[in-house]
Amino acid sequence: MYLRHGAFSYLPELTDDEIAAQVRYALDNGWPVSVEYTDDPHPRNVYWDMWGLPMFDLTEPDAVVREIQDCRAAFPQHYVRVLAYDARLGRQTTALSFLVQRPAHEPGFRLVRTEAHDRVQRYSFQPYATEAPTGARYAAP
Amino acid sequence: MTTAGFSMRPAGARQEPELLPDDARIDLNADEAAAKARAVLADFDRDTVGLTAVKRRLAEIAALLLVSRARTRFGLSASKPSLHMSFTGGPGTGKTTVAMRIAEMLHALGYLRTPRVVAVTRDDLVGQFIGHTAPKTKEAIARAAGGVLFIDEAYYLHRPENERDYGQEAIEILLQEMESERGSLVVVFAGYADRMEKFLSSNPGLSSRVAHHIRFDDYSHDELVRIAELMLSRDSYSFTPDARAAFDAYVDLRMAMPRFANARSIRNALERCRLRQAIRLAALREPIGLAELTTLTAADVRGSSVFAQAG
Repeated sequence: MYLRHGAFSYLPELTDDEIAAQVRYALDNGWPVSVEYTDDPHPRNVYWDMWGLPMFDLTEPDAVVREIQDCRAAFPQHYVRVLAYDARLGRQTTALSFLVQRPAHEPGFRLVRTEAHDRVQRYSFQPYATEAPTGARYAAP
Repeated sequence: MTTAGFSMRPAGARQEPELLPDDARIDLNADEAAAKARAVLADFDRDTVGLTAVKRRLAEIAALLLVSRARTRFGLSASKPSLHMSFTGGPGTGKTTVAMRIAEMLHALGYLRTPRVVAVTRDDLVGQFIGHTAPKTKEAIARAAGGVLFIDEAYYLHRPENERDYGQEAIEILLQEMESERGSLVVVFAGYADRMEKFLSSNPGLSSRVAHHIRFDDYSHDELVRIAELMLSRDSYSFTPDARAAFDAYVDLRMAMPRFANARSIRNALERCRLRQAIRLAALREPIGLAELTTLTAADVRGSSVFAQAG
């Protein structure tokens, strides 16, 4: 299953030039950009690992693209995303977030039903990927 | 010639002209980039005194890039010419100023994406402990991306007396960056001539990648006086004839003194002249007009301690 995650997820995969153009848009707006990676695909997972620190004081996207490439090389089977943070008062939130890499094979999610009180059903779903411990997921098939 | 790296801007992206047939004729100077570059050069010529060698070098580089652009239009292979430079010359000879002009010119010719100059020194590139240098150097490169990285007093990067100095690491990272095909950065190494000579010859990898060596000569006495007048007229001041003669004498004395920094010393001297003029005008107990506000008199110049020291 193809995970739809963050902005542009319904578009074809972005090329590096297109990623650079998006990053440039963020920098032009004065949003510092950072790169994060994870191997837990659950949509509620907000704890992604930071790849280095957020990149401040940039005006051109070259450095960000280089960091993305380094991160991909280090974690070829992880999800990698780019975040742009808007620090303006009143906003102070992630302004843009999109995936720049995904594992080659995404097994998807299992639906888990739990019996609760009075025959109520509780539903949750668990990524098949997280059955393996972190770091051992998404091995090349 | 396309700009290296990521030149995609959603709005106003330049359309690449289609390839020309083999028998087409083009006028190099009709190029709009050529006109812009010429304007930058002409401005530079008007705003600066002396520096003939530098101006000639700039014109050569502009011509090289124009030809390279024309070759691309015919579909000929055009590897990006390497434009890393070294500026050698004494203090106050205009190295930083020229770096800004070069950035403007290269931007006009489409070689650089921005006309920005990021000036750094050893402290901005070299860290203090293991693992500190690489991030620092990379950050400086990232800030200068698409423009010019101007390394002042570059020879401090290399300390031959210290085996384990981290400067070498910074140099290696810079070299990688200067090598890379996608690199869209012009690195300028600046410093005093004799020490730059040693620095470049001690780094064979470096000297082979620095294509253009530009020498900045010290200014002559007359050029310095001309520079002074240019600086004054830019701020709408002028010397009275007496003051000019006094300034002539001042420059003579100052040039013989230690720590003379060419145009920078001149600028500082003028600052102090203006200060003395301000004190003189403020002490007047009468209304003053435009003429008094814009002229520096001999007394303003003669008040300098240089005259006192010379006896």
